[in-house]
Amino acid sequence: MTSEDIIKNGSVVYSRPRLLNERNTHYCPGCSHGVVHRILAELLDEMGLEDKAIGVAPVGCAVFAYNYIDVDWIEAAHGRAPAVATAANRLNPENVVFTYQGDGDLAAIGTAETIHAANRGENIVMIFINNAIYGMTGGQMAPTTLLGQKTATSPYGRRADINGFPIKMSDILAQLDGTCYVTRQAVHTPAAVRKAKKALRTAFENAIAKRGTSVVEFVSTCNSGWKLSPAKANEWMAANMFEKYPLGDLKSI
Amino acid sequence: MAEEIKLMKGNEAIAHAAIRYGCDGYFGYPITPQSEVLETLEELMPWETTGMVVLQAESEVAAINMVYGGAATGKAVMTSSSSPGVSLKQEGISYIAAAELPALIVNVMRGGPGLGTIQPSQADYFQATKGGGHGDYHLIVLAPATVQEMADFVGLGFDLSFKYRTPAMILADGIVGQMMEKVVLPEPRPRRTAEEIAEQCPWAATGKHGRKERNVMTSLELEPDKMEVNNLRLQETYKRIEENEVRYKEYHVEDAEYLIVAFGSVARICLKAIEDARARGIKIGLLRPITLWPFPSDRLKELSSKIKGILTVELNAGQMIEDVKLAVECKIPVYHFGRMGGIVPNPGEVMNAFNNCFGEASNNSDL
Amino acid sequence: MKEEIIIAGFGGQGVLSMGKILAYAGLMENLEVTWMPSYGPEQRGGTANVTVIVSDSPISSPVLDTYDTAVLLNQQSLDKFEAKVKPGGTLIYDPSGIHRPPTRTDIKIVPVDAMSAAIEMNNTKTYNMILLGALLKHRPIVSVDAVLRGLKKTLPDRHHHLIPLNEKAIDRGMDIA
Repeated sequence: MTSEDIIKNGSVVYSRPRLLNERNTHYCPGCSHGVVHRILAELLDEMGLEDKAIGVAPVGCAVFAYNYIDVDWIEAAHGRAPAVATAANRLNPENVVFTYQGDGDLAAIGTAETIHAANRGENIVMIFINNAIYGMTGGQMAPTTLLGQKTATSPYGRRADINGFPIKMSDILAQLDGTCYVTRQAVHTPAAVRKAKKALRTAFENAIAKRGTSVVEFVSTCNSGWKLSPAKANEWMAANMFEKYPLGDLKSI
Repeated sequence: MAEEIKLMKGNEAIAHAAIRYGCDGYFGYPITPQSEVLETLEELMPWETTGMVVLQAESEVAAINMVYGGAATGKAVMTSSSSPGVSLKQEGISYIAAAELPALIVNVMRGGPGLGTIQPSQADYFQATKGGGHGDYHLIVLAPATVQEMADFVGLGFDLSFKYRTPAMILADGIVGQMMEKVVLPEPRPRRTAEEIAEQCPWAATGKHGRKERNVMTSLELEPDKMEVNNLRLQETYKRIEENEVRYKEYHVEDAEYLIVAFGSVARICLKAIEDARARGIKIGLLRPITLWPFPSDRLKELSSKIKGILTVELNAGQMIEDVKLAVECKIPVYHFGRMGGIVPNPGEVMNAFNNCFGEASNNSDL
Repeated sequence: MKEEIIIAGFGGQGVLSMGKILAYAGLMENLEVTWMPSYGPEQRGGTANVTVIVSDSPISSPVLDTYDTAVLLNQQSLDKFEAKVKPGGTLIYDPSGIHRPPTRTDIKIVPVDAMSAAIEMNNTKTYNMILLGALLKHRPIVSVDAVLRGLKKTLPDRHHHLIPLNEKAIDRGMDIA
């Protein structure tokens, strides 16, 4: 096979999703955001949602999500994405509205907005990146930081007596009558990516069918914040995070 | 068609006027003394008639961010609250101003600081006119003095807000929120269609619908050069508003030797004091700013060459007086009379305050 | 014509709604009206009051120093507002529960035993309408017909059967004042 054969259209096995634009992302190499962006962009295209989708970006590492995926976006204040999405969706019920939030945004500063939007059963998708650390601001403790985990603001490890416990937000959201689908996924292996994409598709199908709130948590890596190589970060996640945040559907109705 | 005259509270008038304006969404949280806005909307069920969305949010913070989300899609959306609740909304208001979105915010002021009192106040003048949240921004601030103006300023606020793509605030007080008087409600008009919104708000995040470029509503710009340009664009808007949208009303100013400056319902209390004083030959006029921002500074400067002194009367420790002093550039004496903590002065108290400030001079007027 | 009225008493005595009915009657007669309540928790216990102005010309201040007419239904209100009735004005009060009756001689003082009358009518909810009758007898600022038309307009249909009872209460108030 020559190099000409390789660049022939028929030989393409991988390409940039149409809705993931050419802009270089600011994400660190190895970070889960890149993969989740990719499957989100693929799905929005495959499901024909380019014209209908309104994304709500958070404050945190994904603050610039709106720069990379070519649909309409609203940048929310820290934690307020579910409130923003509530109005965007209620006033435009023919649109499909999703939030894209990290653990600080969704499970700390925006806990009230998250719980109440889910409890009202807003017909939205909440994409929840849980990497147990504040990446954007330089690796501080998150509400989901594991006990003993070292961060810039828990330099000797998170202590329950001082900092309380890692919060299992998806478990809380699964308890609410307004949610129709709550699932926990990861994107650390090709098999996991395929599964995660399927879960995300289900969530968007629910939003289109107006079944209530869907939450897709991605247990994610932050190799920079964790101070590990991308490969080691994946290993650390599987070894430590999955015990506290086990993968799988928490609720599906 | 002759409109029916109704008797209602200022807060109720806001709700009726919002539906008739064709408002798309109201998001609020109960707080005295403005809860009748949400209560009236829930009772009128506009979602059954105009399709207007009404939602009781989990907090004022959520409510203002719902307003942000709705405004970002080009819809005419509003919230209302009272002082402590409006403090909570300040972050969201800053974002709405920065993202150059139209929205209407109603503050039916009560006494502060802190949890304060539920009784009337005007102590949020600084907050409303000088920014309130972080960053360099302004709201168009309308101060209603009557229930009729409560109704009329809903439409005016929305219109100005869409014209300049900047949030507007109705800065009312507990008196005009709670009192009932006659009102002629505006003619009902339909909510804008998706096509009209697409035409009037091409910037809105409505879904691309065939648009080549996506629309992004954001206030974030990490490059200082670009962020300064964004700021300059805002300042340019504020300059146009200052040039075109100053509104005020004058009473007995033609032959006035002294001037009282007061806004909202307090201006009406002052008007009664002035009418009583005029019956005794004391020539006082009243200037009632309707827009607190932009402030009628030019008119005050003009008047300052004809009058001997100004008394500002406010339900606060002296806030608007700063703008009055700036306007008249220290050429004439400017005094303040205010009550705080929810106390509303009566016309007699205003007159006493006037006499305390200008006693000798005003006695000369009697001669 | 301009009538500046204060109605004050305990929350639950129908102070605010009496003012409201008066304001609506003013509306029916094409007069200018303002209705300015004290608001808040006092509506449910402590002292409530409402200022009603009815006028044939535009009304400036809804907040007043002095009043043409005062309807005062407890001791606190009497203590607070007796001095604020304009000379030549009218003070209507319910003597039940009053241990320091009004003393001014430059105003017309009208005691109205409205609570006893309401009990006689077997309906204490007629209390404020009896007082309204007393008020209208001494200060005929709006017609009884306008009051009834106002009631019809403001009461939901399911309460319209109460209008004759209200009319009777107004008549009773006029009789005993």
